[in-house]
Amino acid sequence: MRTEALLAAVLLAVAACAPHRLPAEEEGGGKFGADWDSWRADTNVSDLASVQRGARNFTSYCLGCHSLKYERWSRLGADLKIPEQLLEKDLVPPGAKSTDYIMTRMPAADAETWFGKAPPDLSLMVRARGKDYIYQFLTTFYVDPTRQTGANNLRLPSTAMPDVLSELEGLKGAVFKTVARPGAGGSEQVFDHFEQLAPGRLSLAEYDGMVRDTVNFLDYVSEPTQLERRQLGVWVVLFLLVFTWFAWLVKREYWKDVH
Amino acid sequence: MADHAGVAGGDEVDLSRRKFLTRATIATGTVGAAFAAIPFIESWTPSERARALGAPTELDISKLEAGQMATTVWRRSPIYVVRRTSDMVARIAGHDADLKDPNSDHSDQPAYAKNPVRSRSAEFLVLVGTCTHLGCLPKQRFAAGDLYPSWPGGFFCPCHGSRFDLAGRVFAGSPASINLRVPPYSYPKEHLLLVGADEKGAAG
Amino acid sequence: MTVKTATGAAAPMPKSGAAAKKGFWAWLNKRMPVDEFLATQVTEYYAPKNFNFWYYFGSLALVVLVLQLVTGIFLTMFYKPGEATAFDSVQFIMREVDWGWLIRYLHSSGASFFFIVVYLHMFRAFLYGSYKPPRELLWLIGMLVYLALMAEAFMGYVLPWGNMSFWGAQVIVNLFGTIPGIGPDLVLWIRGDYGIADATLNRFFALHVAAVPLALLLLVVLHLVALHEVGSNNPDGIETKEKVGADGKPLDCVPFHPYYTVKDLVGVGVFLVLLAIVVFFVPTLGGLFLESPNFEPANPMSTPEHIAPVWYFTPYYAILRAVPDQRMGALLMLIAVMSFMFVPWLDRSPVKSMRYRGWMSRSALAIFVVSFIVLGYLGLQPAEGLYVVLARIFAVLYFAFFFLMPLYTWLDPVKPVPERLIYHAH
Repeated sequence: MRTEALLAAVLLAVAACAPHRLPAEEEGGGKFGADWDSWRADTNVSDLASVQRGARNFTSYCLGCHSLKYERWSRLGADLKIPEQLLEKDLVPPGAKSTDYIMTRMPAADAETWFGKAPPDLSLMVRARGKDYIYQFLTTFYVDPTRQTGANNLRLPSTAMPDVLSELEGLKGAVFKTVARPGAGGSEQVFDHFEQLAPGRLSLAEYDGMVRDTVNFLDYVSEPTQLERRQLGVWVVLFLLVFTWFAWLVKREYWKDVH
Repeated sequence: MADHAGVAGGDEVDLSRRKFLTRATIATGTVGAAFAAIPFIESWTPSERARALGAPTELDISKLEAGQMATTVWRRSPIYVVRRTSDMVARIAGHDADLKDPNSDHSDQPAYAKNPVRSRSAEFLVLVGTCTHLGCLPKQRFAAGDLYPSWPGGFFCPCHGSRFDLAGRVFAGSPASINLRVPPYSYPKEHLLLVGADEKGAAG
Repeated sequence: MTVKTATGAAAPMPKSGAAAKKGFWAWLNKRMPVDEFLATQVTEYYAPKNFNFWYYFGSLALVVLVLQLVTGIFLTMFYKPGEATAFDSVQFIMREVDWGWLIRYLHSSGASFFFIVVYLHMFRAFLYGSYKPPRELLWLIGMLVYLALMAEAFMGYVLPWGNMSFWGAQVIVNLFGTIPGIGPDLVLWIRGDYGIADATLNRFFALHVAAVPLALLLLVVLHLVALHEVGSNNPDGIETKEKVGADGKPLDCVPFHPYYTVKDLVGVGVFLVLLAIVVFFVPTLGGLFLESPNFEPANPMSTPEHIAPVWYFTPYYAILRAVPDQRMGALLMLIAVMSFMFVPWLDRSPVKSMRYRGWMSRSALAIFVVSFIVLGYLGLQPAEGLYVVLARIFAVLYFAFFFLMPLYTWLDPVKPVPERLIYHAH
């Protein structure tokens, strides 16, 4: 019984470590975006270069509205191995100290007036919603003239956030199809696929990479100690296995007395 | 055990194996326990917030007039910055016999402050404004003859009466035993004092 | 009974008695019964020799209790209770306190492991009839430990002041509003405000950190005192104290030390391996141990999509939601928890252990375990459609286990119980 439990635990650990790999969405060929709901971020937070790029993306495109109020610039620099001069020059906003928390300059009250809702802090967003959610959110914006921002989103319908990355991704429209409403009778509009309306500065693959890097960065920010945690864990588990083995040998030795 | 002559050998192997295994397990367990204690003990060291708040402090000294003292804070201690006049600098000398540690051999200051003026330059004095006796804030008494006729000027601590000269050196007869501490400091730009960082980088 | 080594000689027992030690030890023992205590409670305390896998969980529960106390005390050094500061202080611990993340994960994982251990510990009692005379009081005290543990866990979960902390507190505290007459006033009194607020958080902090742990420690001590008074049960359900040898010691028992100290140490080792795997590799366990909505600060204006308590409460939560009436649901949930208390008197079987009971008792227990687990799963799902139907079915089965117990344990065809313990050397 004990060996089974141990085996199950080891399998659980292995399964938890294995990266999730699902087939990427099809480009060209079938309908683009039809399977958006199953898109996976497929990022690896131990890919330092990717997280560094994500940090750069964040400061360029997200910091204007969103803060990372639990992360310090200096912590970012240390964890992502960014030299202090580079950190001060390229990332830390003028007037801020490197030990400051990463705050947006947009006043929250104004943001609420402009967007109807203050842009949320993103420090924990990956832990709260999951990286697949964020990835899907950033890749399913579409043009919607009925909305004030001119855009809508499949992952978070009626989002208050405008399509700020459209300069990179380009503009895409959503094509809906009419299907019968299950049970109730009548029909409803259901998303079918995307169509590219205007190109952006990046190709589809480049934009995808950009989003993944940004999600990867947000994954790091959600829990900066996660890499250290996993590395240390290997040693701790190994040590405990050795200790348990010794304890078992002692137990077996003493229990020879018992008949 | 010795009764069973025929199995004495077997008995000893038994026992020594038992002892060995028990000791190995206790040793491994002790090592594990020691490692397990480390995170709890280290959690008490200053947090990143404390370290950030303890980062070097800047002070613009261009507005500081001669003979005046400015106060700032570094790592939760008051820092005294005194712009000494030439007269004040002259009053640092001449009373070494009355001092407990005239050459600052037993006191706490960076290498560049181990000199008669206890600072990088004679003009500016940077001290930790905490009495080296029990931690009160000494008061400035720069005027000559202030406390008593032969008083050369300096600091007076109201709590228990410790006296320090215009270089922060402690007078004999004071409860304090060493001179006022000098923190690490530097001038990254003219008229910009940075307390807490010098050639060695930010204080650890 | 003299314990013999493999070669037949008398096994060397650790020395006891003040004669063996001079000086400080003798001085101490004249003033406090240290040696006597160690002898009667540990080195000459006899326990049945046939303990199996199900007997690890008592000592493991003690280990988890110590773990929670130590990690909890250290968390209290950095956590700041209060609506405005709690959530931020948890992030401070996770990011800025050296090793804070480890202490936090040990505490959050420890809470879940505490319930895993306690549920398996309780299950052992059902397997072997460990609640039957003379152990009814032991069982009742254990049930009080369980109730205190549930209160402790509930309040602990509110402290991070995440969105699930807030809404979980809202739901559970509102349950008290169903009590006829005093309900609404009671809820106001518990909350200390017109909604779950700073006042609620602060008093939960005081209770979680000081009051309930003290109660838990007292109850655990009483639990051990009650245990040592009557001695442990065993997988065969035979009262081992009734068969003593020439030396007055039970024939089928071994001294707790060294035999069960070394055996329990192996259990501790395996437990720590599993704990380490969770803490270092899957601390959230897919949202079961740390729920995703709790990574967002408490928001009274925004309910999470699915409010669910942490997994160890979900069987009772499923029962609560299965009933269409709020008051009845709350009442049935209460009865579901309290039913355990009555088991020593509901169980009419002449035999203690499942080994010698018949198919009725065995099926009933199997169905109960399945119901408990299924209800637990259902409690995590949204209360709609098939889930509601299943919850009702399994809630009925859950209650049937208790209410029909006098009948099926009495009718059950039991097997003859052997005179002496069955033990296979290992």
